[in-house]
Amino acid sequence: MIVFFVKRLLMSLVVVLVSTLVMYVVVDQAIDPLEDLRTSTAPNVEDQIANRVAELRLDEPVLMRYLSWLRGASGCLYGSCDLGENWRTNQQVTSLLSGAVVTTIQLVTAATVLAILLGVVVGIVSALRQYSGLDYSVTLLSFLFFSLPVFWVAVLAKVFLAIDANDFLARPHIPPIVIVLMALGVGVVVSSALAGPAPARLRNLLVPAAVTVGLLVYVNLTDWLTDPSIGIVMIAVSSVGSALLMTALSTGLRNRRALLSALTVAAVGVGLWWPMLYLWIHASTAGLLGWPLVLTLFALALAVSAGIGCAWGGPDRARSARTAVLTAVPVSLMLFVDRLMRSWDLYTDNPVIKGRPIATLGRATPNLDGDFWIQTIDTFTHLLLPTVTLVLVSFASYTRFTRSSMLEVMSQDYIRTARSKGLNERTVVMRHAFRNALLPLASIVPIDIITLLGGAVLTETVFGWFGMGQLFVTSLDGNQQDPVMAYIVIVGVLAVLANIVSDLAYAALDPRIRVSA
Amino acid sequence: MTTPEPVPGEGREVEGLSQGQIVRRRLIRHRGALAGLLTLTVVAVLAYTSVGTLGLPGWWKWDSFTPGDVHDGGSPTLSLPRWLGGRGFAIGDHPFGQDEIGRDAFARTMKGTQTSLNVMVVVIVLAALIGMGVGALAGYFRGWVDQLLMRTTDLFITFPVIVIGAVLGKLAGGAGAFWLAVALGCITWTALARLVRGEFLALREREFVDAAKVAGASSFRIMRKHLLPNAIGVVIVNTTLLASTAVLLETSLSFLGFGVQPPGVSLGTMIAEYQSAFSTRPWLFWWPGLFIVLVALSVNFIGDGLRDAFDPRQRRVPSRRAMDRAARQSVVTRPAAAHEPLDSPGA
Repeated sequence: MIVFFVKRLLMSLVVVLVSTLVMYVVVDQAIDPLEDLRTSTAPNVEDQIANRVAELRLDEPVLMRYLSWLRGASGCLYGSCDLGENWRTNQQVTSLLSGAVVTTIQLVTAATVLAILLGVVVGIVSALRQYSGLDYSVTLLSFLFFSLPVFWVAVLAKVFLAIDANDFLARPHIPPIVIVLMALGVGVVVSSALAGPAPARLRNLLVPAAVTVGLLVYVNLTDWLTDPSIGIVMIAVSSVGSALLMTALSTGLRNRRALLSALTVAAVGVGLWWPMLYLWIHASTAGLLGWPLVLTLFALALAVSAGIGCAWGGPDRARSARTAVLTAVPVSLMLFVDRLMRSWDLYTDNPVIKGRPIATLGRATPNLDGDFWIQTIDTFTHLLLPTVTLVLVSFASYTRFTRSSMLEVMSQDYIRTARSKGLNERTVVMRHAFRNALLPLASIVPIDIITLLGGAVLTETVFGWFGMGQLFVTSLDGNQQDPVMAYIVIVGVLAVLANIVSDLAYAALDPRIRVSA
Repeated sequence: MTTPEPVPGEGREVEGLSQGQIVRRRLIRHRGALAGLLTLTVVAVLAYTSVGTLGLPGWWKWDSFTPGDVHDGGSPTLSLPRWLGGRGFAIGDHPFGQDEIGRDAFARTMKGTQTSLNVMVVVIVLAALIGMGVGALAGYFRGWVDQLLMRTTDLFITFPVIVIGAVLGKLAGGAGAFWLAVALGCITWTALARLVRGEFLALREREFVDAAKVAGASSFRIMRKHLLPNAIGVVIVNTTLLASTAVLLETSLSFLGFGVQPPGVSLGTMIAEYQSAFSTRPWLFWWPGLFIVLVALSVNFIGDGLRDAFDPRQRRVPSRRAMDRAARQSVVTRPAAAHEPLDSPGA
């Protein structure tokens, strides 16, 4: 295993080296740093050209320049990074990159996680209901999303979605016709996803539709959209709901211990709601409030839930613990979102925001002061549109991929065996099919991340995020070799790392794959 | 069910037909693919005949580059029939409107669609040739040839296509859409090469290859006459899907400014130019995007239809209602036969 890993690492190093060399030469051919001087009519144009040639060492062979660039870049491995400079502004590329890398990683991570979650769920449901109306609609939609030009959608989202959403949020009132349509939509989707005989279908259509109507009317009556919060009642109801759902999916409601563990987690979450609000205030006065604290608390919540699951014990405590942890995720997320929503009012009333919260430009509102919650909301509102555009395309490919992989698995002999043993549908789907259908995803994720990095080039340009993609576009346009190379080497390393991780994940997950050194 | 009976009709249906005939039949029967084919044909005919191509004149009265007088703020004269809520059907002088210097948006959109289609054809031909060649050599000869070719392929997939495309697009610069297409064709063959290699690795172990070898066929002949026809489904399906990628790639690069340069017209450049004028002239922005989606979507549907048509496991699945009817009939005609209930749809 270790031999395989080292071999793989060395191989990747060679790939990065060769690809940077090739790209260095090609970029050198593609750009022309003297472009502006060629058409210049200044009297001393000869001197200027000579100066710039000397400054950028254009008279030396390209290989020599590559070697000196490589010497600087390889310094990154031991902490003295020198990726050259932007020759127009004399800024060090490393200082340009510091913010840009974080920006792009933020964008791509958000998009990847969302696309995988949504794509897998929709793909599985679509495969389980093959040749149904739902399946055809999902297929049609994913084809449409595939064929959408990212930049066009980005501009559309910027112009329509942002303006309309902001207008709507300024005076939020959902008209009755929209309520009816949304309720019908939710009902139809739920009932066709659950399938079954006609009476069950009708029930599955009416119940979610009624719930939707109730929720939307509540939103209208309480002016929820201007001052949103989940509130203790809703948190309690949805915690119990997610406890039931997670248990149903992971072990089945028959498993009493798992169900009790999940319900305990939900109860603990509800009980913690009030103390948590105080905790946030104290953390804020102590200056501890920030992402590290939030993530630590989240990890703690997961650990405690695993403990709760184990405490309920029984012969298969691992399953109870897993159910408890799965329940803890939505419950803690709700506690966090509830606190975040309490700052929404403050955020929209902020003089810098002027009541138009959905942002179209940049990754943060300049000169916005506020505590952690305000800043977090600001990040989310800025992430919203670029992420949605990136997710659209990626989501389509994950849906298609999961669907076909799930169909493949469902036609295998061992699924028939599982059925003929008399296992119920949940066990067959969740324990026998789902896990195996997800395996090939490990090989798709790195490719998709590379594609998303490419898509980020477009969305960053449209939404004015100063990320790596935009750095690449502006530098290539401005004939600056060093920033372009910095982008290329970072993307190359990211891609290679993603591939190694996926290989390892595949080898770890699939016992049929033996890594041969 | 004890012994699965052959599905009646399926065997007779394809009896005595060549692979090409079977595929063609299935493709025509695939509703999505048929719609895609029709749409693509209509778009292509409209694009090539309206503004002319290769120096031939078109039937449309304006061209894509001559500025003119701006009528009515350049707003589009195309209107919907009354029953669709329009002002009565009319095409008018400038159905898609005019831009700020009075160029006809319809002519420009058509010219841009032509560019996209041209680029698409060049890219898929080039990518199919390179991909097939590389994949065939790597899969057939294995060993160091395989290592060398596949590591070269790895180099290409390290970066997003759009990044290499942007650099090459800048290199090809103002040389025109053809050279841009050549550059794009040289970087988009990688997926196809990997697939063809996989097919060849499997096919070369089959008996008919041994038979051909014993009969004295050369490696080249085996690849061309025995292996490639067996792998042609993979090639055709993936080349079709590549076509929609090519269209999106070309327009994206043009949008960023690294693709087709003026005087060439690209749908991507049009969107880039007009996005700032969105609030005043939204029609300039809508049509180019719509045509990109039309072309890409219909190509994707054709690809999907081809995939189904080439898939030997693919059988037409009768609808639930038809199956119920068949079940009822079999109960009526063969009352003694064991009748199984249709269980959940996943079965």
